[in-house]
Amino acid sequence: MLLVPCPYCGPRPEVEFRCGGEAHIARPADPDALDDAAWAEYLFARTSPKGVHAERWLHAHGCGRWFNALRNTVSDAFITTYEMGEPRPDITGGR
Amino acid sequence: MAQDFRIPGRGRVDRTKPIAFTFNGRTVEGYEGDTLASALLASGIRLMGRSFKYHRPRGVLTHGADEPNALFQVDRGPGRADPNNRATVVEAVAGLKVSSQNHWPSLEHDIGQVNDLVAPVLTAGFYYKTFMWPRSFWDKLYEPAIRAAAGLGVAPDAPDADRYVHRNTHCDVLVVGAGPAGLAAALAASEAGKRVILADEQAEMGGSLLADLTATIDGKTASAFVAYALKTLAGRANATLLNRTTAFGYYNHNHVVLTERVTDHLAAPDAKLPRERLWQVRAKEVVLATGAHERPLGFADNDRPGIMLAESVRTYVNRYGVAPGRRIVFATNGASAYRAAADAKAAGLDVTLVDLRPEAEIGPERALLSGNELLAGHTVVGSTGGKAVTGLIVAPLSAGRVGARRTLACDCVGMSGGWTPAVHLFSQSRGKLTFRTEIDAFVPGSSVQAERSAGACKGTYDLAGILAEGWTAGAEAAGVPSTRAFAAAPATPTGFRAARVLPTDADPKKVRAFLDFQNDVTAKDIGLAVREGFESVEHVKRYTTNGMATDQGKTSNMAALGLVSEILAKDIPQVGTTTFRPPYTPVTFGAIVGTARGETFDPIRTAPVHEWAAKQGAKFENVALWRRAWYFPKPGEDMHAAVARECRAVRESVGLLDASTLGKIEVMGPDAAEFMNRMYPNGWTKLEPGKCRYGLMLKEDGFILDDGIVARMAPDRFHVTTSTSGAPRVMAHMEDYLQTEWPDLDVFLTSITEQWGVIAVQGPRAREVIAPFVSGIDLSPEAFPQMAVREGEILGVPTRLMRVSFTGELGFEINVPADFTQAVWEALFAYGQRFGITPYGTEAMHVLRAERGFIIVGQETDGTVTPDDVGLSGMISKAKKDFVGKRSLARPDMARADRKQLVGLLSADGRTVLEEGAQIVADTQQALPMKMLGHVTSSYLSPTLNHPIALAVISGGRARMGETLFVTTPAGFTAVKVVAPVFLDPEGKRVEGLVEGGVHA
Amino acid sequence: MPEPVAIHARRAPILAPSASSAVRVLPAADRFVLQMKAPRGAVLPSAAGGFDLSGPLNSVRGRPERFAARLGPGEWLLVCPEGEGTATEPAIASDLAGRFFSLVAVGHRNAAFLLSGPHAADILNAGIALDLSDTAFPPGSATRTLLGKTEVVLVRVGEAFRLECWRSFAPYVHAFLQDAAREFA
Repeated sequence: MLLVPCPYCGPRPEVEFRCGGEAHIARPADPDALDDAAWAEYLFARTSPKGVHAERWLHAHGCGRWFNALRNTVSDAFITTYEMGEPRPDITGGR
Repeated sequence: MAQDFRIPGRGRVDRTKPIAFTFNGRTVEGYEGDTLASALLASGIRLMGRSFKYHRPRGVLTHGADEPNALFQVDRGPGRADPNNRATVVEAVAGLKVSSQNHWPSLEHDIGQVNDLVAPVLTAGFYYKTFMWPRSFWDKLYEPAIRAAAGLGVAPDAPDADRYVHRNTHCDVLVVGAGPAGLAAALAASEAGKRVILADEQAEMGGSLLADLTATIDGKTASAFVAYALKTLAGRANATLLNRTTAFGYYNHNHVVLTERVTDHLAAPDAKLPRERLWQVRAKEVVLATGAHERPLGFADNDRPGIMLAESVRTYVNRYGVAPGRRIVFATNGASAYRAAADAKAAGLDVTLVDLRPEAEIGPERALLSGNELLAGHTVVGSTGGKAVTGLIVAPLSAGRVGARRTLACDCVGMSGGWTPAVHLFSQSRGKLTFRTEIDAFVPGSSVQAERSAGACKGTYDLAGILAEGWTAGAEAAGVPSTRAFAAAPATPTGFRAARVLPTDADPKKVRAFLDFQNDVTAKDIGLAVREGFESVEHVKRYTTNGMATDQGKTSNMAALGLVSEILAKDIPQVGTTTFRPPYTPVTFGAIVGTARGETFDPIRTAPVHEWAAKQGAKFENVALWRRAWYFPKPGEDMHAAVARECRAVRESVGLLDASTLGKIEVMGPDAAEFMNRMYPNGWTKLEPGKCRYGLMLKEDGFILDDGIVARMAPDRFHVTTSTSGAPRVMAHMEDYLQTEWPDLDVFLTSITEQWGVIAVQGPRAREVIAPFVSGIDLSPEAFPQMAVREGEILGVPTRLMRVSFTGELGFEINVPADFTQAVWEALFAYGQRFGITPYGTEAMHVLRAERGFIIVGQETDGTVTPDDVGLSGMISKAKKDFVGKRSLARPDMARADRKQLVGLLSADGRTVLEEGAQIVADTQQALPMKMLGHVTSSYLSPTLNHPIALAVISGGRARMGETLFVTTPAGFTAVKVVAPVFLDPEGKRVEGLVEGGVHA
Repeated sequence: MPEPVAIHARRAPILAPSASSAVRVLPAADRFVLQMKAPRGAVLPSAAGGFDLSGPLNSVRGRPERFAARLGPGEWLLVCPEGEGTATEPAIASDLAGRFFSLVAVGHRNAAFLLSGPHAADILNAGIALDLSDTAFPPGSATRTLLGKTEVVLVRVGEAFRLECWRSFAPYVHAFLQDAAREFA
């Protein structure tokens, strides 16, 4: 069971959380402006990298807040977490 | 039975506490502190089981968790029988009934041993090669025969009578293993004040020190050192000692799971104690001190009862005071067996040691034996005996040539093929192993998690080194690095020359040298597998089943791996190793299940009127985690009769339904209406406070997620209802959008599902029933029209009273704070007797709504249904620029004429009640596979109409009105007519209570 | 139409309160969920309606029978003795006037248990995966978490632990805790 570092509550057991899939896929401001292919891309297309992945997490059975996390999908290590709306942190500094 | 092989004055067993148990019906005596294995050996019982495949007689091979042979059925009474227990780890307890496995009619005379005679054909891959053809033989002949022969032991058939519990715990340092390394680590870590857990799988902590009669540590005997260490640890409040506790799984982020055997060693355990406790440990740091497993030697017939590991001989002699034989031949390629032989000699036993290594290669251990006790430079080519070993056949080796054979008479063989560090948990932690050629073993390399290994599991075998390493590991894990030297004497004999299969003068094709004793895999099988092209060690493992038995190859994996590497002439690291997975040793299902059985298997959620309904004899059904009243049968009534009566009551007079399980969400804030506009296809801005509206919720893909009535309580406050099972889903869906897409909206959501109990009062007399109890609300039709909501009081408590109907009748849904629901219900029920008020359940509710053509999400919908598909396109606001799901509804596929659309079906014969889920076709004569047009979603015998009705989704259904189609039945097809999905009161007049022919017209 | 019936509904909690034992069912109470926007750096009111809101996330302030547990950055569970809620609601509204907040009465939504004695944390840890030691979860702590398969709110006002769960989950929670408490009886 993972130990998920909630940015509000600190490290908490995985069972309290729900993973919401890939982060930083904003709902288009004007969906009607998108053609069918672009809308389908928004709805269904997700990346699944081997390595660092930005994910949405919900501390469902804790503080109830959604947040984003960078997790290494190979080692399961959480590199950092950050609040919704913040940009993806640059971790090219060797982490 | 006399304990003829008990050595006077030796061992840690408590001779003041004799115990007796039965083995295959015979009484066996022993002492507290014995394992089943040590007690049996003390009584001279060597034959303890039959091997899995060849049914060869087997005795105990080891003295611990790695045992492959001595597997027992242990019977502690009804519901407490358990197969495949290792005799080497089960403590001898008074009154236990144990029996050996895998033989018929008896252990001594086993029909199955004919397999041993046909062994030449039962080679690796036998099943794959033999049972291929003819295909038709598989189901009737091969599979039943193989299944009958498969498996070990007898699975219990009674429910487990024991109780198991779970415990979550946290610590700074978890030390696994309480041998010298683990004890030193725990001392160091706890001295630093950290929270330390020390877990050890054995009854007694101390590990190898418990069998060490010669070593001294800082001037203390090994035994005294153990006592000192345990006493010190017990005196520290920050240290927790868990014996009889196996760390079997190492998971992510230092989550280690242990299983503690709490009562198995007690003859009469306290009833309040659980049998086992599963510890879920989250450790900041882990120290692995899991020791090493000794390797057997590969030679012909190395599996006869009495042939065991050298260290096991030493342990039985020193720790249990048991002589596994009187004339013991040790066979080895290394140093540690010399200590075992010397200890056996010191106990008065006759010993000879055969060493594969020439005299010149033997180290200081040589001094432990006299000249006539040692045969250096000798190989072992076989053994003699039947149900017990009678001799070991050895031969001198000279320049790689095997000399003349001679047989050394013996009744026990102690073999040692070197040591394999127990890296299981390290490997489970995803750490990378590295191979150290000089000790011929994989050891922990780079760590992935916060853990470190110490002692024999890291390839360190000398006692002083083990203790120092343990201390360092414990101190570092505690975050206060320190070192400590332990004076350990005499020096531990270490070192061995790797040997895969011992040199022999026999035809290698005829030699059966067992590597995996439990699955009967021989060196020859490994060779065959490699010759047949299985070069990956993972493939060899699966093809030969080496290491796949319940012991998971603790004594055999390295031997097989070494052999593959030798045959392929590749280095071991290139061949690799198989993956270690949890559990380290078998874990009971009970421990894993814990409390999750019976009433605590899953929460059973009950509504406020549940007790009342149960007293009325209601039948219940499960809806998500809820248990809802399904119908209320009167004496002599079946379900059909009860539901028909309940439906008639609602149509003709009045019925009561506990609707409390409906999900409810309070949506509050100045932007509440805007939020609702975005979440739902309908418009909400113009909904006045005091009014309700049906809300259909879509997912972003345009398909229906849920539905429910929404009441606007105030400009900034909505009372949203959801389906019973959809409540958590809808709340999560809303909260997700609110937090992640529209954080600018000033809206908050609060789940009020359980705050409000809901009583649906439905039927033409509903108003009359509630009127005497309601205050502060004008119930007249003019003041309180359909789809209105009012706040007031009922029975003096606050209510949100809604005039809504899921039955098509005049009706109210009374929301009251949940704890008041039962009182309100009982008052209404008592008062309503004059109208024949009838409680109804979910089945009647389903029938009533189907008659009226109302959908149920999850019944008429399946996640691929749009509002238009179910005839609800009118719900979709044309005025709104955007809402969740809108863009998807504009996709061309969503508007196709052949989409499945909701229709009604009437059976042509007027009698057949269709099956829900049945498929629908246009032509029953068409070629297979038939084109299926859709399926039946709901089907009932309508008590109101007195004929069957059904709802279905059918391709292009709305254009098929009046068509005859065919629906599958268990017997074939039945004809149906397609009609509109409303069977009663299409104009919706009944909600006004004006029922033609009804009592209240 | 007949005369109005003059009876007053009585409260029937899902579990009857119990007095003794390590796992005690507490009597009915009044409760509210208070929510406010709490972006980082926001200045939030330190009190309302007599409840101390000043504690950080996952803390509780107040007395065992009247407390405010901060369960989210901007979310509090307010609990007070049955009957006191009537006056509390307008008091909070008045104290928070001019500020956007949501206050929803949930007094009947929850059932509550009190666990006391030397093994209270051990009993809870049968189903709660959090560290409940005095250092990690000292008196004054509060959080939402899971007990077995059920969401619960755990607050520690004083030495004992108070556990709240939704009404319909109470029989499960009660059975779970009693099973866990058995070995310490």
